Amino acid sequence: MRNILRRRTVLLGSVVAVVTAIVVLLSTGLGRDPSSTASPLIGRAAPDFTLPRLDGPALTLSTLRGQVVVINFWASWCTECHTEQAALAQTWKKFRDSGVVVVGVNFQDTTRDARDYVRTAGVSYPVVEDTNSRTALAYGLRGVPETFIVDQAGRIVDRIIGPVDATRLSDTISSLLAAGPR
Amino acid sequence: MGQLGTYALLLGLALAGYGAVAAAFGARTARPALVDSARRSAFGLFATVAVVNGAMLVALLRNDFALRYVAENSSRQTPAFFRVLSLWAADDGSLLLWNLILAGYIAAVALRFRRDRPGTFPYALSVLFVVQAFYLILVNGPARPFATLPNPPADGTGPAPLLQNHPLMAVHPPFLYLGFIGFTVPFAFGIAALLAGHGTDAWVSIIRRWTLVVWCFLTIGLLLGALWSYSVLGWGGYWAWDPVENVALLPWLLSTAFLHSVMLQERRGMARLWNIGLVIGAFSLTTFGTFLTRGSVLSSVHAFTQTAVGPAYLAFLAVVMLVGFGLLVWRLPALRGPARLDSAISREAMFVGNNMLLLAATAIILVGTVFPLVVEAVSGEQITVGGPYFKGAVTPVFLLLLLLAGTAPLLPWRAANRARALGRLRVPVVAAALVMVATALAGVRQVTAVAGFGLATLVLVANGQEIVHGLAVGRRGGRGGVVRTLLRGRRRYAGFVVHIGLAMVAAGITASSSLGRQVDVTLKTGQSTVFAGHILRYEGLRTDEQPQRIVLSARVKVDNVGGGDAGMLDPRMNLYPAASTPIGSPSIRRGAIWDLYASLTSLQEDGDSATFRFYRNPGVNWLWFGGFVMALGGVAAAWPVRRRRDDQPPPAAARTRAAVEVGAV
Repeated sequence: MRNILRRRTVLLGSVVAVVTAIVVLLSTGLGRDPSSTASPLIGRAAPDFTLPRLDGPALTLSTLRGQVVVINFWASWCTECHTEQAALAQTWKKFRDSGVVVVGVNFQDTTRDARDYVRTAGVSYPVVEDTNSRTALAYGLRGVPETFIVDQAGRIVDRIIGPVDATRLSDTISSLLAAGPR
Repeated sequence: MGQLGTYALLLGLALAGYGAVAAAFGARTARPALVDSARRSAFGLFATVAVVNGAMLVALLRNDFALRYVAENSSRQTPAFFRVLSLWAADDGSLLLWNLILAGYIAAVALRFRRDRPGTFPYALSVLFVVQAFYLILVNGPARPFATLPNPPADGTGPAPLLQNHPLMAVHPPFLYLGFIGFTVPFAFGIAALLAGHGTDAWVSIIRRWTLVVWCFLTIGLLLGALWSYSVLGWGGYWAWDPVENVALLPWLLSTAFLHSVMLQERRGMARLWNIGLVIGAFSLTTFGTFLTRGSVLSSVHAFTQTAVGPAYLAFLAVVMLVGFGLLVWRLPALRGPARLDSAISREAMFVGNNMLLLAATAIILVGTVFPLVVEAVSGEQITVGGPYFKGAVTPVFLLLLLLAGTAPLLPWRAANRARALGRLRVPVVAAALVMVATALAGVRQVTAVAGFGLATLVLVANGQEIVHGLAVGRRGGRGGVVRTLLRGRRRYAGFVVHIGLAMVAAGITASSSLGRQVDVTLKTGQSTVFAGHILRYEGLRTDEQPQRIVLSARVKVDNVGGGDAGMLDPRMNLYPAASTPIGSPSIRRGAIWDLYASLTSLQEDGDSATFRFYRNPGVNWLWFGGFVMALGGVAAAWPVRRRRDDQPPPAAARTRAAVEVGAV
């Protein structure tokens, strides 16, 4: 009888050990942050583009050199884009006078829907239309919303898949501004 | 609607919590009234969760885009039929359906045991409520299906294009859920038996019956998933060894093992520990599968993309395994079986072999599914385990399983009279050998394919022979003799039917995976090509603008090479506003022997030229039909005809009769 009891204790211990091992292993899968995907683009020069603005002349990315640029791919049909609108507006308001530009790139949309959205949501930063999705291809877009942060030298420093977080955006921009133009 | 849903979810959680506590406490303190109130709260819970699902349905149908879920998964252009399906088109909504099905199972258990209750019932009920409480916490906390948007959009995104492309989407997820979630019931009764510490085997027939029901649902769910993949995705196949497909197959394999080994316990009192281990294992695997699919751990076609619920699933999985296997170990002394095998050539030995093989298949698939995760955890490298690994490792195991399914039913319990057993095997073995020679002569050179056809024949003939034999014996019994025989040996005959279905499935898989052909061809309008005995002519592109999408159909005229019209194929591309790439729809001419399958891969020069991939897929329809036959057999075995006899140990006379009947086989 004592033998059985001792074996039982050993077995119970091994059940606990095995389950712990499985849980630890599986939890490594959870540790990944899917919104910050390693991209070969990070550290490289941001692909240049010249695209028509929704209301006004064309905008060329390279003319913004020397400023921090937040490139936000969005569409009027995308709900996550509605969600992140407040964060983008807040960032624009906070940094627009300190050498930061937010550029909305409208993706797979109709001009009319895009204009409606810009008007109702009160978007005040420049918005361009990626009419043939060529810019999206150049940036290896996975979907919308997706946001790229470009430093003063025109290099991509961060890529955010999914809606942006105002704090994270603000932190990245502040550190770029503090480092100054290189 | 949003408020109604939110409050009903809270109410549901309260009911589940009450039920869990009242059932367990009532049983502990011997207060039947308390247990009964817990039992009745199951119906309240079901009604409440039904209201929640109703609220979401109404919101979807009424385009209530203030609800985030509706805005993301429906749109004004989405047809009403697909708006209903949007209920399970994404993570949060499908959790509502999940809860509904689980509550449905609990209500079914409460209804089934309204009068005669086994001693384990209150504990099982309590476990069921605890599981339901977990899933209700998920929708009350981390996942919020009724979350609202601060500034609602004028129109929604619509469901993911792939999910609004085919009506099979209406039935595949619900059946798979019925199969997956259903494992909670056997698990609950297993845990209850361990908790109550009953030395008797009364729980085993309850668990067997419910497992059979769940097994049928899962069989159909897997089948429908394969059919969806084949009819919608356009890659010409039906099973891709995708992680999510694999985790649905794992509990199916384990429960199949259980349905065989449970007979050892019912008849010989053997394998108690083993059986309850399988039940706990199957539920652990469904929980693991849920975690893998919904916890955004793996990337797959099926993977949902939400991170907040991942840790919750993982914690739940840990609790399930700790409690389940911990209790099992705790009760080890009570679970020891007395019996041992009498002979290596007996039904018992075959069941043991069947279980080893099914467990091996489970292990192979589990390892292949989790391996990328392990590698990434250890070395940080991302790898994928592809179809060749699974195919290579699993095929021999499945072939051996076929060998058992074609011989075991002919062997008696305990020890076989060798000469007699061999005599019964003569016809099936000869038939199998003939088929193998014929396929080899017909030019099939793959050993696995020849073996696959041969073994499928063995299974078909061996099990068919048993049915024919039984019918012949029944006919001698005079009027109604056949029906009486079938009813009396219902479980046996149902088993034979399942095996015959399995033979068809095996033949279909063998044929389609080893004899299929495919070709890629680019055709200009008016041009034609010859493939698989047909002349295929591209007749041009047709554009059809529908409210929610634009459909481009490439029309292909099909003629037999020897002359004669064989109809049209129109593989399509669907352009959805929310999708950056077009979603293809294959076109299939289904046939008894083989399918002609066409996919449109790309278009050039405004549709003046199109690239197609044509497939000749043999045996695919045998697979669907065979799977249907398997499920049918399962239903026949589970059908509650003789409730009294099944739930109580049969009287000695009946037991002898049954033994004689089987022994005579």
